[in-house]
Amino acid sequence: MSIAPAEFGSLDAADGPRSEDYLWTLNFGPQHPATHTTLRLVLKLEGERVVDAMPEMGYLHSGFEKIGEHLTFNQYVTVTDRMNYISPVANNVAWHHAVETLLGIELTPRCTFIRTIVAELARISDHLLCNGAVGLDTGAFTFFLYAFYQREVIYDILETLCGARFTNSYTRVGGVSQDFTPLVIEKIRAFLRTFPKTLDDMERLLTRNRIFVDRTKGVGVLTKEEAINRGATGPVARASGVTRDLRKDEPYLAYGDLDFNVACASTGDCYARYLVRMQEMRESLKIVQQALDRLPDGPVNVGIDQRTALPTKQQVYSTIEGTISHFELSMANRGFEVPCEESYAAIEAPNGELGFYLVGDGNDTAYRARCRPPSVLHFALFPHLIRGHTLSDVVAVLGSLNIIAAELDR
Amino acid sequence: MAVTSPKLELPENVFVSKLDELASWCRKNSLWPMPFATACCGIELMATGASKHDLARFGAEVFRFSPRQCDLMIVAGRVVMKMLPVLQRIWLQMHEPKWVISMGACASTGGVFDTYAVVQGIDRFIPVDMYVPGCPPRPEQLIQAIIDLQDKIQREGTITGREFDTAERQRRKRALVEATLPLTIDAARNPVLQRELAAAAETAAGG
Amino acid sequence: MPTTPPSVDAVLESLAAAVGPCHVSTFRGQTRAVVPPERALDAFRHLAATGFDLLVDVTCVDYLDYKGAKQRYGLVYLLASTVTNQRLTVRVFVDDPDPAVPSVTSVWRSADWLEREVWDLFGIRFDGHPDLRRLVMPEAFTAHPLRKDYPLQGRGERHNFPVLTRDDG
Repeated sequence: MSIAPAEFGSLDAADGPRSEDYLWTLNFGPQHPATHTTLRLVLKLEGERVVDAMPEMGYLHSGFEKIGEHLTFNQYVTVTDRMNYISPVANNVAWHHAVETLLGIELTPRCTFIRTIVAELARISDHLLCNGAVGLDTGAFTFFLYAFYQREVIYDILETLCGARFTNSYTRVGGVSQDFTPLVIEKIRAFLRTFPKTLDDMERLLTRNRIFVDRTKGVGVLTKEEAINRGATGPVARASGVTRDLRKDEPYLAYGDLDFNVACASTGDCYARYLVRMQEMRESLKIVQQALDRLPDGPVNVGIDQRTALPTKQQVYSTIEGTISHFELSMANRGFEVPCEESYAAIEAPNGELGFYLVGDGNDTAYRARCRPPSVLHFALFPHLIRGHTLSDVVAVLGSLNIIAAELDR
Repeated sequence: MAVTSPKLELPENVFVSKLDELASWCRKNSLWPMPFATACCGIELMATGASKHDLARFGAEVFRFSPRQCDLMIVAGRVVMKMLPVLQRIWLQMHEPKWVISMGACASTGGVFDTYAVVQGIDRFIPVDMYVPGCPPRPEQLIQAIIDLQDKIQREGTITGREFDTAERQRRKRALVEATLPLTIDAARNPVLQRELAAAAETAAGG
Repeated sequence: MPTTPPSVDAVLESLAAAVGPCHVSTFRGQTRAVVPPERALDAFRHLAATGFDLLVDVTCVDYLDYKGAKQRYGLVYLLASTVTNQRLTVRVFVDDPDPAVPSVTSVWRSADWLEREVWDLFGIRFDGHPDLRRLVMPEAFTAHPLRKDYPLQGRGERHNFPVLTRDDG
């Protein structure tokens, strides 16, 4: 499809103008509203069609992995919040899941259910923002505002729970920082009652909206083989037909006991990714409902004899084990027993497989804390998805891949 | 016989003011923010603009992403080495009068990220008018910063932009910071330092 | 759909048959196999053919300060199978000077950027990589930051920028 009319002669009129004379380069720079924070794309365009794209990252690389070698396991959770910053509790859960796998710690039943509930709330929050951003980028501002209002309700729940709206740093080794109070449970139940209606309203806005469907259907198609070969995980892969979900395949926390479905699609375009995320939000509601109904009583942190979780003040002042535990955990390199070994553990984060490869060397800081971010591989497959599409499709595809720059660059 | 000045009888729809105050009032109540959102503070910035904490009430509704159309740059999030030239270029592209809010701990001082890649405070490299602490700051804190900036504009604003002759103030601030920087700075790449060193050498030679 | 999923032991046996003996260990239910760098590409091709179709991660550990380490860099390849749901960790050890391993981009396309990142942060060269250049650090950056001999605060690169004043604005 060339845009060169015959009368624009080139040097040799017999050749005629070549279509590569009309290729131009557009810098979709690190500062742009549609690049969710700092990504850069250099697009080679022929008219309005994208011929090639070169993504560039690193504009938010902050040295997270190097910080992991200097902070203890309970200090580093504050840094993991700042990775996928639209669902920070999921990052906390992933980090401590990896740490507890390395240290060989078994959580209490109440803690597994609590972590499941907050992880699913984080999933709802993430998908709301991702779909909201897709809506915003394609022009649906009301959808974005509805999504943000519901996220404020989730922020309220998390603030009641642990004091921070987001960047919660909620989990600790062997437990969580605050237990659920009756007020938190009441707020979650109120959210479960009101959110399905809002989700229906949001679906009514966009799912069968002619403009939205035209902009996203058939755009950015990812086939199943390509998805696996290029390492896509999470909703991006599930929308292409890869039925891999770590909550079902390698059950962790309380997912093995709960009844839910995994949303998949087969077309692999932006519309499919949008639908997969909407359906995943409904499944998350089911999970939270069941987990809340079956929340077991009991202690939320592991026992003080395991020397991992900080004992309560009452235990510190009235039992000798509590006092000793408290001292040893507060002193450097005396608390946890960290084996000189390496392990990897991943969870199904809202964006895909979020895993941490930890190398322990006996100290209470990790020797190497590698974060395996799903966004890197999604951003790498962007040029493959965008060839042949127009400039406006670039925005829709980028939004549907849910690339979070902080997780991408670490 | 004393001379008395006549009392000015004005109709209701006329008011008298100074041109500077009027210009500052107009500028402060229609700040067009340019969100330079890099990280988590960007999400709180979006939440401040969303419906629950509505930034549009303060005139700052128009979040234009083009620096040519904005007068307030809100740097929300950590700025890394790779991004700093972009930040500087965008600051240069903004038209006068322009203000910068450094939102969050990372933009103000580097925050939790005292690492090889993160700039330890954007005020080392561009002039900043308002700092908002927090990690991330609550939307109410950002709104308070906008209100304080509005007060600053009203207090200090002039129609000719003379309030921006603060290069001397920035040099003094920079000299304070440089006293604490490590010695591995490459002085050859720092033009302000070069100018000051040259001036000091000149006075030492001449004096 | 496979009829009976093979256990990882069978895969490891076939791997040993293909490329020679590999040191195998397990920890917390995860199996690790060490492969020498010169047989690495064959090993990965074999593993991809036996069902490990998803390359989860490529990363590296710098063992400079680790007690009892024999070689400085340990590359980690995390593999998974979407069909049989198995996981396997493959380790390849290389040493200074000039650490290099063959690139696996011909086997899994996801290795493209993961290997670029390892080159950027650790300085390990991947032979056969189509486009080996820095990914997260600026192009002009010279060091490899995640090595243990590079300090956390850097060597002053983050301060080396021109200062803009109101006069320049």
